[in-house]
Formats: sequence, C-alpha cells, structure tokens
Amino acid sequence: MTETAPPAARKKKRGSSLPRLAQAGPVSVWMVLFVTIPMLFIIYISFMTRNTFGGIEYKFSLTSYKTLLDAIYFVVIAKSLKVALVTTLLCLLLGYPFAYYIARKPPQVASKLIMLIMIPFWTNSLMRLNAWMLLFQTNGPVNNALLSLGWISQPHKFIYTDWLVMVGLITNMLPFAVLPMYSSIEKLQNSLLEASADLGARPSVTFRKVTLPLTFPGIFSAIILTFIPALGIYTVTDMLGGGKVLYIGNIIKNQFGVIRNWPLGAALSVLLLLITALLIFIYTRFARIEDMEVV
Amino acid sequence: MGNSIVSLQHVEKWFGSNHVVKDMNLEIEEGEFLTLLGPSGCGKTTTLRMIAGFEDATSGTIEVQGERVEEKEPFQRDVNTVFQNYSLFPHMTVYDNVAYGPMIRKVPKDEIKKRVTEMLELVQMSGYEKRKPDALSGGQKQRVAIARALINNPRVLLLDEPLGALDLKLRKQMQIELKRLQRKLDITFVYVTHDQEEAMTMSDRIAVMRDGVILQIGKPTDIYDHPRTKFVADFIGESNVFEGTVSRAAGGLLTVETPQGVVTTCGEGFQPGEKLYVSIRPEFVSIGPAASESFSLPAKVKDFIYMGAVTKTSLDLADGKEIKLSRFEADSAVHEGDGVFVSWDPARSVAIKAEEVQQ
Amino acid sequence: MKSTKSRKLRRQRSSRFWSGFYAVLIYTVFYIPVAVMIAFSFNDAPRNYYWQGFTTRWYAKLFSFANTDLWDALIYSLIIALLATAISVIIGVLGGIGLKKFEFRGKKFINMMIYVPIIVPEIVLAVAMLIIFITIGVKLGMGTILIGHCTFCIPYAVVTIKGRISGDNETLQEASMDLGANRRQTFWRVTVPSIMPGITSAAFLSFTLSIDDVVMSNMLSGATQSTLPVLILSMNRTGLTPDTNALTTVMIALLVIGLLTVNAFQRRRRKKDARLAAEAEMAISSAHGG
Repeated sequence: MTETAPPAARKKKRGSSLPRLAQAGPVSVWMVLFVTIPMLFIIYISFMTRNTFGGIEYKFSLTSYKTLLDAIYFVVIAKSLKVALVTTLLCLLLGYPFAYYIARKPPQVASKLIMLIMIPFWTNSLMRLNAWMLLFQTNGPVNNALLSLGWISQPHKFIYTDWLVMVGLITNMLPFAVLPMYSSIEKLQNSLLEASADLGARPSVTFRKVTLPLTFPGIFSAIILTFIPALGIYTVTDMLGGGKVLYIGNIIKNQFGVIRNWPLGAALSVLLLLITALLIFIYTRFARIEDMEVV
Repeated sequence: MGNSIVSLQHVEKWFGSNHVVKDMNLEIEEGEFLTLLGPSGCGKTTTLRMIAGFEDATSGTIEVQGERVEEKEPFQRDVNTVFQNYSLFPHMTVYDNVAYGPMIRKVPKDEIKKRVTEMLELVQMSGYEKRKPDALSGGQKQRVAIARALINNPRVLLLDEPLGALDLKLRKQMQIELKRLQRKLDITFVYVTHDQEEAMTMSDRIAVMRDGVILQIGKPTDIYDHPRTKFVADFIGESNVFEGTVSRAAGGLLTVETPQGVVTTCGEGFQPGEKLYVSIRPEFVSIGPAASESFSLPAKVKDFIYMGAVTKTSLDLADGKEIKLSRFEADSAVHEGDGVFVSWDPARSVAIKAEEVQQ
Repeated sequence: MKSTKSRKLRRQRSSRFWSGFYAVLIYTVFYIPVAVMIAFSFNDAPRNYYWQGFTTRWYAKLFSFANTDLWDALIYSLIIALLATAISVIIGVLGGIGLKKFEFRGKKFINMMIYVPIIVPEIVLAVAMLIIFITIGVKLGMGTILIGHCTFCIPYAVVTIKGRISGDNETLQEASMDLGANRRQTFWRVTVPSIMPGITSAAFLSFTLSIDDVVMSNMLSGATQSTLPVLILSMNRTGLTPDTNALTTVMIALLVIGLLTVNAFQRRRRKKDARLAAEAEMAISSAHGG
C-alpha cells in the first residue's frame, strides 16, 4: 500500500479553544502588558533626551549612552560588576558544600533543613540588614569584642564600607545560590558515584569528573540568580552603605528621584538588561531556560 | 457473526507525518475477550485510546453499540478504561476513587455505598476503603482501578497493558482473575498487551498487530496452529522458520527445497517455483538416528536448555541454521555433538506465503 | 585489616563532623541577624544605635497602637500582599497548567517573558513600569504597587506550578473523563486537588515576596501611603525605633507558630488516616479469617 499524505484533519470537536484561552490567556496578556511593553519603552526612553525641567523630550539622542562612558559612571559600573562578581563567587564557594550537605540527607530531613533556611528570610530583609549595621557599629558588639580581644586598638569603621555591603549581599543572596544547587545535587544518583568509585576513582577525582559536571546546571542557575540581582541592588547599599557607597542600582534610582534624568536611568537599566541577556544567552548554550531550577 | 459492540471502519491515525494506524477495520463482538497484541509502536494502544476517546481518528468511523462516537468526548462514551499506571486519584481514598463515576452521575449516597462495597468485594479489596493509593501495592492498585472502572457497568472495558508493572507470579494470577471476572460479568474486554503468552491465556480472539495494521485476527489456537505471516509465526510462541522454494505441489502436500535440505509440508494454493516460508513449532520436531521415510535433515546436537517443565534442544543444521525442539523430558539417548536426523509430520508444519499481509 | 577499617571509619566520621560543623556555621550566619533583630526589640533606647538596656516597653507601645505610621504601613502591606497573592496564584496556576498542556503560537515568547521578572534586577522592572505609568498618566498608588507586585509574583507561581505538574497529571485527567466527568468537573475535582501542594507553595511564595518587597513598592508608591518595608527604609536615615523590631519579631513568631501548627496538624491527620485504615482492614480480616 502506498503511503499517502495525511488527509485534512477533521474539525476539532474538543471543547473549543475556550479552556486554552482561559488558562494560558491571562498570564500571556499580563506578561505582554506589564513586562514586554515596559521593557520596550525603557529601551526607547534611553534614546531620548532630557529636557531642562527634568522631563523627557522626545528627541533622539545618544547623550545618555555617552554619559555612561564618563569616568564617574564608568567607575561605578566597574565597581558594581566587581562586587557582584565577588559576591557570586563567594556564594558559590560557600553555598555548594552547604547544598551538598543537605542534598545527601534523606528527603524528609532535607526538606526540613531547607525550611530552616527559609525562616530567617521571612523577616523583613531591611530589618536583617539593619541588624548587620547594629552588629558592626563603631560601638557595636563586633568592635567591642575585637577591642577586648586586643586584635585592634581602636574601633574599626565597618559600616558604610564596600566590605559590609558585600557581607549584606552575601547573606541575602546565599539562599538563591543554595536552592538551585541543592536541587541539582539532589538529583545526582548515588549509583553514579558508586560506579565511579568502582572504576577506581578517588573521591576527589569522582567529585571533579562526575559530581561537578553533573551538577553544573544547578551551579549555573545559582550564578544567574545571584549575579544579576547583585548587580541591581540598592537597598543593601542604602541600608549598609549610608549613601556613601554607590552602585548601579543606586544611581538608577536617583535618576528617577531627585536628579530626574530619566534617559540616563533608562540607559543604565538597558545596560543591566544587556548584561543579563548576555548571561542568559550563555546559559541557553547549555540548557533551555525552562530547565532552570528556581524554586 | 454475533453483534458487533465496537466497530472500527477504515480508521486511520496520523501523528504529524507518522502513520500510526493504517486503514484499520475491526469488529469486536459483544461479550468477547479480544486482545490487541503486538510489539511497541504497532499502534495497539493508539487504537484503544481512539475507542476510549483520548485520541481522535484522523479519518474513519468508530461505532460503539451501533452509535458513531468519533465526535463524542470520553465522558460521553459508555466505555471505561483501566490505565497502564492505574491512574488512581492520589488525593482520594480507595472508596472515593471507586465511587467517582457514580458520584459524577449523582447516584444517591446509600446506593453508591452499596455498589462500592460490592465492587471492592468483587476484586477482593474489601476493607481498604479508607486507604490512600500511595499506601497500596501494585497489585492492589490494579484491582482498585478495575473496580473503579467496572462500577459504572460499562458495556465495554478497555485495558491498556494493566499487568505490565506486576511481577511474574502476580501477573499470572491476575490474568486468571481477569478472565474469570470477564466471564462472570459477561462484559466485552478489549485488552492491549505485547506479551503473547498473556494474550494466549486470556483471549477469545487475538488481533496481532504490526506497524499500524492487523496482520491476523482469530482464536488463539487458530493463530498458533495456522499463522498466516512469518511475523505472526515468529511472534506467537516459538517457531522454526525455513525459507525455500516449492519444487512439487500435489494432494495438499508441498515439497520444498531449502538451503538446509528438502522438507515436506502441508499447504494449499502454492505453485511450483514459488518462494515461501515453512514454519514448524519446536514441540513438533522429532529427531532420530537415521533418515526416516518422508524427509530428514541432517543435524548436529548443539546444547540442551533445561527449563523446568520442558527441555529445549538446539541443533545445527547443514548450513549452520539453528533448529529448536522441545520436549517434556530430555531424550537421554541424545548427547551434545551427536549427529542425528531431524524431521516432522508435514501436517504439523505451516506453509506461509512470502511477504503476505492479511486481515 | 583492622587498622584500615578503623582508619576509614574515622575518616568518614571526621568528614561527617566537619560537614555538619560547616552547615551549623552557615546556619548561624543566617540566624545572627535574626537574633540581633529580636534582641534589639528589647533595647531601652529611643533609636536603635546602641544597646542601652533591656526593656519590654516597645512591645507595650506596639500593642497600644500608638505608632500609627507603623500599623498603617503594616495593614497596607498586608492588604496588598493578600490581594497580590490571590491574583498571582489564580493567574499563575492557570497559566502554569495551560502553558504545560497547550501549544500555541508565541508560546516560546511568553515562556521567555515569564522568566524576565525572575532574572532581571527588580530595579529595572520597577523603573520600566514607573516610566510607563507616569507617561500614560496613571496615578501612583495602591493600584500601581499591586500591579508591580503581581508582575513578579506571577512568574514565581507559574514556575512553581510547572515544577509540580508531572506527566501523571495528564492521565489523571483522562481517567476522570473516562469515568464520566466533563472538563469542568475534572478541573475542580481532580486537577486542582492533585496540585494543591503546588498551589499552597505558590501562594506562600507570592505572599512572602509581596510583603517583603522594597524596590517595586518604593518606586511605584509615589507620595501616597508607604508599605511597611518602604517605611522602614525611610526610617533608616533617622534611625529605626525598636518598635519596628518588636513588630517584625511578632510577625516572624506568628509565622513560625503557624508553620509548626500546620505541620502538627498534617502529622496528626496522616496518623489518623493510617490508624483508621489499619483498623478497617483488621476488622475485615478477622471477619474472614476468624
């Protein structure tokens, strides 16, 4: 019998497109309205000019982008990138062993351990940052302890430093690093590690050649979920930096507050978007974005 | 002929450019236990799902109890399904699972209770009403799934490889139970499996499928004794298949020349010079020390496999082709390496036309 | 032979000790700010700079509702969080189910868009929405804050739900329809209950994200009422009053108590179910076997 092409499909009888529309519709509409359009608009604005009164003149110009190349802004951008990078690396280094520890526990115990991580994060993040401030105050517990131990001769100024901001960042971002890595490690089958050992690999070799490569998706998710938010923070710097420490996030916010230079703020935002897009692009080389472990 | 309770006519199914079911015509008789048997990918599950309503046929008509059902949703058809993975609702107890169908149809509560109790007793799961599915074993889930389907008094019950996940002993037990159930309730069962032993055990009729087509449909004994294609001969039970050419055809007997020697088989409708297959089941092969009168193929005994009830003997024929025979007891006179002669009763072998596909 | 065995045991035990020690260390780092925060709610000082003595007067002040700013902000945050959770869960759960099941043109695009609020820094999102709202002339206030919150809650809800729906779900729906339930009945009786854990997860996540949100709320509130986090942020300049510590302590205490209660409830119910089932089976088997 010769193979013929499929005949025209008969008319779809199944409950029409209503359920399809009702289910996937609202989310799609919302996303387009409140994500796509604003994003496009912000790109558009970044190419506009700022008029003298702080509003927007709809005249095409590249001023905002040129400003970014100014030394001041450039320094801030570079600093933000550096801090975000260091934060991410530290979160990975600190978080991976922790995630590994939890992942090797039986599932019941593991879920309780995860819950234990989440509880502190139900407190207001600003209050927690404030707590770090209180700890590292000039007359605060840390300084007092260091003084009494004789490690320093006079109170060290921890607050309003890059360093403290990084501590605040790390403590805030660590769960975002731990969770995806935990997810990935948990999926690692024991039998693979056993096979590796059976074939003669020492634990360190097994780790390098089996565990690490297979948990890479989790690690990469952790990078994305840590680096990018770290780039855009301003609350941490506000609370712990006291306005002395300025990163990209702060500058963007200021453009929409006191300074009123929307195109510049938009341009900076576009810059952040570009960095984000670049990272995502690299990620999609290894996996689909839908495979990213988030929660 | 009987009444066809389910009728498929010229049913075709395409998945994209994949032609999964090809011009299927099937009449299922009321009260019969029909099995769709075939290897994975042959389209048997798709066919079942089209009857249930989870897939739409690309073209063709499907009738259940005389009514056309292609336009009907699954919940509008009077058929019920037992799924491969049981598909018990995990958030409901056994009772609620079984009561689901009647509950949807708004049957009064005490009536439901009566029926659920009856059903659970029928499948020997009384007392498990309050259990949740995750606290049941595979066999138990199976039975609950059957009760859940049968409580709706369907005229046709569709079963999609329901015993696949059970261990051997349990599976054999369930096969017998299912068959008894079917007889007792006098419901039409349409069963899908790739296990030919299972099909042989339970079915009134078997439809052997391959590549979207029914190769042969008939009673188990018919299919076993008279396979019409090489594939069916191979798939059902074990058989030794020889390729050859007819050299003489007379009085219902064919003389066939094969690379291993000359054999005789019964067969009609073949012409001299025609290519064909000759299939002989292992239990009908005999060996002897010397050539017998009808025909003999020289062979060397290779090895014995002791399988408990039967012993299988493997022999190598002249050109190295292997032939198997099975006996209830090992023939103690024969040893490995012996040179013997192999033969069979021509009435027991089957002549199969080459490249034949029939319905 | 014996020495290698004990050496291996010792190595395993020591590595287990150190990894446990490390875990405790990390947990400490997480909990230190919480402990400090709780401690300073008892601080006898007008502003939280230094420790000046123990007192419970802040709790008294808190529950006397004297600090109307604080309570106004809290109520405001709660209302927004509840609304945001409701909207986000409905849209997100439906969306998660729909996106998993159906194929349609532009699906890839929508999938990508869903990840944008999760990945992109919140400030960019907030700023983008701010610009649009002002340009169109929408007045900033509860509505805009709500929209902002939903915009990042919905994706988390969608992703949570998608993670919980397995292929099993499809066959459960088929089974339901096979037994006579139509699509609507199947949705409410089978689909929703079977993903209930995912729904509660999504709801919980949305609520947490909303009530703790600073960036979006800050940008989109304009000159109107502040949410609690925004209030705290603005207070940071002049120094926080310990009654905010008291409030947050109470909030987290309630949360933990709530969590433990729910947990205890679930355990009790599961035990009850198992006990009932076992009793029923024993009754039957003794009736049969005597």
